[in-house]
Amino acid sequence: MVSAVSTESPAGASSRPVVSIQDVTHRYGKVVALDGISLDVPSGIMVGIVGPDGVGKSTLMALVAGSKKMQQGRVTVLDGDIADARHRRAVGPRIAYMPQGLGKNLYLELSVYDNVDFMARLFGLSPEERKARVPELLAATGLGKFAERPAGKLSGGMKQKVGLCGALVHDPDLLILDEPTTGVDPLSRRQFWSLIDDIRGGRPGMSVIISTAYMDEAQQWDWIVAMDAGRVLATGTPAELMERSGTQNLEQCFIALLPEEKRRGHKEIVIPPRAPGKAELAIEAHGLTRRFGTFTAVDHVTLSIERGEIFGFLGSNGCGKSTTMKMLTGLLPPTEGTAKLFGSAVDAGSMEVRKNLGYMTQAFSLYGELSVQQNLVLHARLYHLPPDKAKARIDELVERFGLGAHLEALAGDLPMGLRQRLSLAVAVLHGPQILILDEPTSGVDPVARDSFWELLIDLSRKQGVTIFVTTHFMNEGMRCDRISLMNAGRVLAADSPQKLIEARNADSLETAFIGYMEDAIAEKARTESKDAAAKDTTAKDATPAPEAAPPPPPPAHRVDRAGLRLRLGRLLAYSHNEAIQILRDKVRLAFAFIGSALLMLVFGFGITTDVENIRFAALDMDQSPESRAYLEQFSAAKPYFALTPPADSSDEALRRLQSDDVSMVLEIPPRFGLDFRRGAGPEVLAQVDGAMTFRGDTVEQYAQAVHNRMLRDPASGFSSASARKDTANIEERYLYNPTFESVYSIVPSVPALLLLLIPAILMTVSIVREKELGSIINFYVTPTGRLEYLLGKQLPYVAIGMVNFFILTALALVVFGVPIKGSFLTLILCTLFYVAATTGIGMVTSTFTGSQVAAVFVTAILTIVPTIQFSGLLQPVSTLQGGAGVVGSIWPATYYMHASLGAFTKGLGAGLILRDVAFLAVCVPVLLGISVIGLRKQEK
Amino acid sequence: MNSLLNIIWLGLKELRSLVSDAVLVVFVVYAFTLAIYVQATGTSSEVNNASIAFADEDGSALSKELINAFYPPRFKQPEIISPDEVQADMDRGRFMFVVVIPPRFEHDLRAGRNPDIQVNIDATAMQQAGIGSGYIKNIINDRISSFMKRTEETGAKPVNLVVRKLFNPNGVSSWFKSVVAIINQITLLTVVLTGAAVIREREHGTLEHLLVMPLTSFEIAMAKVWANGLVILVATAASLLLVVHMVLKVPFAGSVVLWFAGVVLYLFFATALGIFLGTISRSMAQFALLIILVVLVLMLLSGGSTPVESQPKWLQYVTYLLPARHFVSFSQVIIYRGGGLTAVWRQFLMVGAVGMGFFVYSLALFRKSIAVSK
Repeated sequence: MVSAVSTESPAGASSRPVVSIQDVTHRYGKVVALDGISLDVPSGIMVGIVGPDGVGKSTLMALVAGSKKMQQGRVTVLDGDIADARHRRAVGPRIAYMPQGLGKNLYLELSVYDNVDFMARLFGLSPEERKARVPELLAATGLGKFAERPAGKLSGGMKQKVGLCGALVHDPDLLILDEPTTGVDPLSRRQFWSLIDDIRGGRPGMSVIISTAYMDEAQQWDWIVAMDAGRVLATGTPAELMERSGTQNLEQCFIALLPEEKRRGHKEIVIPPRAPGKAELAIEAHGLTRRFGTFTAVDHVTLSIERGEIFGFLGSNGCGKSTTMKMLTGLLPPTEGTAKLFGSAVDAGSMEVRKNLGYMTQAFSLYGELSVQQNLVLHARLYHLPPDKAKARIDELVERFGLGAHLEALAGDLPMGLRQRLSLAVAVLHGPQILILDEPTSGVDPVARDSFWELLIDLSRKQGVTIFVTTHFMNEGMRCDRISLMNAGRVLAADSPQKLIEARNADSLETAFIGYMEDAIAEKARTESKDAAAKDTTAKDATPAPEAAPPPPPPAHRVDRAGLRLRLGRLLAYSHNEAIQILRDKVRLAFAFIGSALLMLVFGFGITTDVENIRFAALDMDQSPESRAYLEQFSAAKPYFALTPPADSSDEALRRLQSDDVSMVLEIPPRFGLDFRRGAGPEVLAQVDGAMTFRGDTVEQYAQAVHNRMLRDPASGFSSASARKDTANIEERYLYNPTFESVYSIVPSVPALLLLLIPAILMTVSIVREKELGSIINFYVTPTGRLEYLLGKQLPYVAIGMVNFFILTALALVVFGVPIKGSFLTLILCTLFYVAATTGIGMVTSTFTGSQVAAVFVTAILTIVPTIQFSGLLQPVSTLQGGAGVVGSIWPATYYMHASLGAFTKGLGAGLILRDVAFLAVCVPVLLGISVIGLRKQEK
Repeated sequence: MNSLLNIIWLGLKELRSLVSDAVLVVFVVYAFTLAIYVQATGTSSEVNNASIAFADEDGSALSKELINAFYPPRFKQPEIISPDEVQADMDRGRFMFVVVIPPRFEHDLRAGRNPDIQVNIDATAMQQAGIGSGYIKNIINDRISSFMKRTEETGAKPVNLVVRKLFNPNGVSSWFKSVVAIINQITLLTVVLTGAAVIREREHGTLEHLLVMPLTSFEIAMAKVWANGLVILVATAASLLLVVHMVLKVPFAGSVVLWFAGVVLYLFFATALGIFLGTISRSMAQFALLIILVVLVLMLLSGGSTPVESQPKWLQYVTYLLPARHFVSFSQVIIYRGGGLTAVWRQFLMVGAVGMGFFVYSLALFRKSIAVSK
């Protein structure tokens, strides 16, 4: 354990590199993400890793942060091999890592304060430190007002700030930020960077590594690593790089650095001016508004777009761009206002409008499992193009969009740039007049982006197609005829990009945008202060400018990190976190409590083996007093048999058996009475419905029983001396359940199944969910140990299991009237060990399942089958043989079922249940041990 | 016409998507082959291998004869325990049955004193306890009477009861269980396939894409219904032929066509349930949790696990509304009892009516959820 943290001299860029990468190669299956990279990153400065999506930036950052497992090569971070677990544990507290994706490592159900506080707990800050540090950081980032808001309800920019607070809470020496500003509005972006600058001002020794897809952002940083296709293209200061390539900005510089074959065919985009003509309006929107509950996503948007125009919509994630588009396409009915395409109103569901529209959604929305050709053909069919025309059109598009070489490839396997071209080809397949494109170029590299824009320009200028496009790239905005700047559901300004820049006297579109945003915020503040509304915390995006307060100084001292108290603290931090999450997730909460109660009722009432009121009919072919007396014995056997009207013929008897009208027909032969009186021993035939075997067997037993009793009972008139003489008196003792009602056996058995199934599933989901959503990174990059993580997550589910036990017990007592005859206290103790073991089973399954769906099904199958088959629910364990017997003898449910039946129905005392308690107590550490071994501390 | 074409094209796309999802295909194949076999031949409600012990205080020839009358496969080899161990062994769950033969048993019997013989039954093992104790009684009675016959002459019984089981004369439980297993798999997989198709399309954003095209939500939903329904129908037919008919050798007494007509009716309900669950759950994970609750309830209350008549009266009225219950019921009528349309039309009507009603409701919900999708 290294306790000295901030002892190194913080004297700017020291000569020793903070990160040294040697021959690192990383593969995902066949895909090579990093291809033999070697790189030394100078310390104490701001380093930018630039390049489009999918070139390996995130993989590299995750490797440096120690969150991903090294495959090949060596990465030295802060003077040690990051592949070495001991070194990771030692330097972990000095590194902060913020993964890609807006708020990816945040817990969306938790409040802003709780999120940051959680990170502080994991890094072992004392309660006093936390109370001081967390509010300080929130104030410095301007989040103070929103401390109590759940992270899920924040805008993208604010989420990133929360993530940053979490990263900074322990004063790291190395800050790793993976695309922190992607999808964030320009103002928040600028605020974010000035915040980083302030922090660096307070801690000059801190090294910062940032990745970004926005080349313009990297312009101001100290040192740049340009990456493409898993390789480093060049390194150096931005000025050096631009000088070397003889270009004006980093984007051009990046294209110039690309290898020759990638650049081929690339040329500067030239946008021919629009032919002046009569301005027919293609899209008109007036006062378009959409509210979701109290939240206004789009606020009175008015715009008009001419035919053939390229109209751009600029704004951050969640500013209302997509919602506006959905209203224009008729996907979403507006709350207020109207939208018209070529003069006719867009009604949700109007077919005519849709035929004139081409639409491309934000995410790649074609069928990845179909080939390029199949995708095109499917859409031609759905638009009902005649087959010959469709073929010609597809050939034409394949030619023009350069898809010829990929016709048989699955759409899902294409690189991003090609996918977007395919999406566009599909969108224009039916020759629409209007194209609506929702962020068509996110994640596409600059060269592919330019070739995509060439296609758009061609469509607009040569074919007069009106194009409505959203983007968050400013340089794409510059290519539009007109753009509108959008923020928080409102259009701030709309005009040609040049005019907007001029109007603000700005040097770039970005500055102009920021200017408009600041005006809007100021305006809002003015109206709000006029309204004298002192506090309005419901305002969605009222991001205040960061306060000029200097970032808080690092805490004066640190407590010993290795202490048991700290481990316990982290464990409880996870428990607390988990408890809040599940309380706020309605579906899981309902599953936890309503689920088990519901299943208890269904099992208790639905599974019953008490066969009663068996409907039978008589086919009496004798009609003598004797035959009637014989039948009378059966109809008197209540509640087992219930007589129905007699059958007249054997055909009718068979028909009634077939249609399940009766389950048994008693056929009394002709001359029954006569034969009986003669002592000839006539035969009565009972035809029993054997379709459902269990019921058939039971009916047979009942019939035999009634018949045998008749023979022994002198009052029945059918008894004989010999039958009475040579028989033993068989006395049946139904132990534990004298009335032999199945409720006394089923109801105490069901909790064994439910307390296994539900806690195991909830437990496994809670871990796999973190894997799927990404917040497990917090476990990877903090000093949290495996045992702390697992136990911390387990505690709330053990508590849920115990609450469930009391609910189930209450149902058994009150609804089913099954009393507890044995030792309830021992049963409680046994249950405690049992739910600890069953949550342990969920932990084990979570180690080998990757998605929540797989986790649920695998856990359900693995728990239900042995519990029903081998633990005594349907078949006593003592009757199992071979493999089934072995499974039954080690499966925890076997022991709990014995204990539960023992305590409820059998009335066993503590002594007889203790063996079960002991076995279950052994299961808990075994399962925990397996999970600890199976749980990875790094991403694969 | 155009609408029909759209439904066909979209359905073909649905089939292609399904085929390319290897995990799902393997799951379907497993569910309709191996899973059916395992469920049909696994634990049985019949008494099999039951554990039994004797506390013999008589030690006579008769008591030895009685002990020897119990043997595998129906019973395990009996164990001999002392009378004071009876309670403790029963408490520990070692034996399901313990027979206590009192001292001087044979002697008393010969003297015509009808001596007591005690059978202790673990009545918490419901299914086997009832039937098993019946067997034990019969075996003891038979052995005693044949033992006594050897020594002295006794007369025939005044009346004899002959029990004949129809439709499954040997009481082979796999006959019934295999068909119930198929029914359970139809319910589970139809719901999983249809619901997953809805959610997958929504999660991938392709649903929106379809909705801006000239397609109605009805066409989108119908395509999913026919494509997934067809997959299940084919899987069911294959399973019935290969597993149930050829491997398990279950005879099919009635009309196969009639049964499949019933299956098609039931599929309306099951696909509708899938669309319904796929629509109300926001993610695959929620969907998976919901399925477990819903499908377990459907399986347990359908009458396939335990007889419907055993349910409390009020619950029988509730389950009357479950198509699964009528499915189990008409399957028994057609497959084992060889009943025709006259025997099952009521169940068909009920499955059709409830299925259709729910189907229409789910479609409306699906349409509405798309209209407000964010």
